[in-house]
Amino acid sequence: MPVPILAARDIHKSYGRGATRFDALKGVSLDIQQGESVAIVGKSGSGKSTLMHLLALLDNPSTGAVELSGRDASSLNGKLVNQTRNETFGFVFQQFFLTPNTSVLDNVTLPLQIAGIRGAERKRRGMAALEQLELADKARNKATDLSGGQKQRVVIARALVNNPSVIFADEPTGNLDSATGKVVEDILFSLQEEKGITLIIVTHDEDLAARCDRRVYIRDGLISDTLHAAPAAPIAQEVRA
Amino acid sequence: MNAFDLIRSAVKNSLRSKTRTTLTVLAIFIGAFTLTLTSGVGTGINQYIDTMVASIGADDVLTVTKAAEDTGDGPVEYDPDTTTVAAAGPPGTTVVTLSSADLDTIGDVDGVLSVEPQLRVSPDFVRVDGGTAYEASVGSFIPGMALDLAAGAEPDSASDAYEVAVPVSYVDALGFTSDADAVGATLTFGVMDVAGTSSLVTATIVGVAEEGLVGSSAFTANEVLTEALYDTQSVGLSESSKDSYSSAVVRFDETGTDADLTALKDSLAELGYTGTTVQDSIGSFKAVIDGIVLVLNAFAVIALLAAGFGIVNTLLMSVQERTREIGLMKAMGLGGGKIFGLFSLEAVFIGLMGSAIGVGVGMLAGAGANAVLADTLLADLPGLTLVAFDPAALATIVLTVMGLAFLAGTIPALRAARQDPIESLRYE
Ligand SMILES: Nc1ncnc2c1ncn2[C@@H]1O[C@H](COP(=O)(O)OP(=O)(O)OP(=O)(O)O)[C@@H](O)[C@H]1O
Ligand SMILES: [Mg+2]
Repeated sequence: MPVPILAARDIHKSYGRGATRFDALKGVSLDIQQGESVAIVGKSGSGKSTLMHLLALLDNPSTGAVELSGRDASSLNGKLVNQTRNETFGFVFQQFFLTPNTSVLDNVTLPLQIAGIRGAERKRRGMAALEQLELADKARNKATDLSGGQKQRVVIARALVNNPSVIFADEPTGNLDSATGKVVEDILFSLQEEKGITLIIVTHDEDLAARCDRRVYIRDGLISDTLHAAPAAPIAQEVRA
Repeated sequence: MNAFDLIRSAVKNSLRSKTRTTLTVLAIFIGAFTLTLTSGVGTGINQYIDTMVASIGADDVLTVTKAAEDTGDGPVEYDPDTTTVAAAGPPGTTVVTLSSADLDTIGDVDGVLSVEPQLRVSPDFVRVDGGTAYEASVGSFIPGMALDLAAGAEPDSASDAYEVAVPVSYVDALGFTSDADAVGATLTFGVMDVAGTSSLVTATIVGVAEEGLVGSSAFTANEVLTEALYDTQSVGLSESSKDSYSSAVVRFDETGTDADLTALKDSLAELGYTGTTVQDSIGSFKAVIDGIVLVLNAFAVIALLAAGFGIVNTLLMSVQERTREIGLMKAMGLGGGKIFGLFSLEAVFIGLMGSAIGVGVGMLAGAGANAVLADTLLADLPGLTLVAFDPAALATIVLTVMGLAFLAGTIPALRAARQDPIESLRYE
């Protein structure tokens, strides 16, 4: 087995303390290989977003470790973690998080701006990402003036503008009608196929989950089930955790 | 994020909430505007004093008086052998007079080139050709002094002829048609001696002097005229009274250093004399002006401090509003230092706007006030520009305000920099 690009080692995450203490994750272990697509599926409040944030190095587990290419993330310095999130990861959050009163293009190029890439290059790459999502004609519009589906596509353009090797997507199709949702899914999976991008998708949607190489079911902060997709895995069988 | 993007974003963000930024800028504007005017008045008056000091000139002259005994230890016992005269200064100030013997002692001090008694002459009146008589005061012309002349020349101290310069305010009253008309005319002084006998002394008008801040409306006589007036008014005085002077004028080598001057003053002090240069007496005047300006500036600075809290408030609101944006940027790898920079630059930019506008409008207002005052309130003080601007002082104001804004910005900027990205992203 190659070294997984991301791995969770028995992670626990609790919020609050004393009477209000809540254990969102109660010992989750998971290996994610480069180029793999993983769906994290579960009911609302089961800890899916929490797990995704921990894997994305946005938060620290209470106990246990997240490993980035085999290295314990807690041993990495802040600058390297920032750089990894900026250059290696792309994010689609559960909400859009578009900056109001700012153009679509500026919203999309935010990760490049943070990376310190200069104006002209930034614009070129931002336009390329927008074209890929068929939004080039909206580049000059204010982000807040777009429809819900258009906003979702802007958010995806922002996630892939920096050519990441891992994309984290929290409910990428949750806000969309099924037709637009299908378009967004197709874009994500074609990126995985063409560029070997690792996809980590949090979703309620069984159809979307079924398109992933692996489905990880979470219930009450624990992995309850892992399913491998039939065509990708040579031996199609259910693995009970 | 590179420096250019940081500055661009900071400027853009500060303009996002226009009303809020405008109000904060207005508060800073008021402080910076006031500070510009008060420091401008300080600069203006001090510049004027400096030119006055230069026009009085006589850099190589000390006025020497005999120091009255220190009264700090209580009343001084009367000594019938000393005489005192009323001296210039606050009412009640008396100095012990100087005699010829004192002058000789002073003349022997190291560094003294020459010593002359300062003769106080007080004619009863001046007039021209039997015309109206006016009261007048007379000062003597010390070589090295530069009169600000409206016409003619300075009285010649080497001349044997009686020469006088008249103040410009007497030109009309004495019946001349113009400043130039006065030059060459004969002026008559009426002097009364101790016995009450009036006598007349005539002198030639050689120049017309502009009024200044110092010795504004005095006639300036050359040495021989001063002596003649003194002799006339002293007829009937005993030799010892005639031989007592309130002060003496000492010349020293003006090429010497400040240390030499201090040494000279010290040696005079050891012998019981006090030496004062023109700079010394004007210097205390400047200290008063500086004190007043300092108080005014303090008020302006208080206004600026209040504006500083306005900046804190504005930026705290801005941080609050942009919680999710900050969280997103942090999630995408923007370091805390850069977030701090983003918000403190925003504060500095607000400070720059307020202070630049304040200084600009302050300069315009100062120029306007100068134009109005020059023809009205200050018409009698030609050469006084009430509000003058020193580029270094103005730059200091702008930089100080920007520094203050930066300090005010650190509180919200630190709060933004420390935000937890996940909490910010969960913020509704
Ligand atoms: N900061 C927090 N403080 C307290 N509890 C929290 C905090 N963040 C998350 N939780 C709790 O942790 C649990 C898991 O939250 P999480 O956001 O991971 O759910 P989720 O599986 O993504 O649900 P959804 O599908 O509705 O988005 C929830 O019960 C939530 O209330
Ligand atoms: Mg969630």
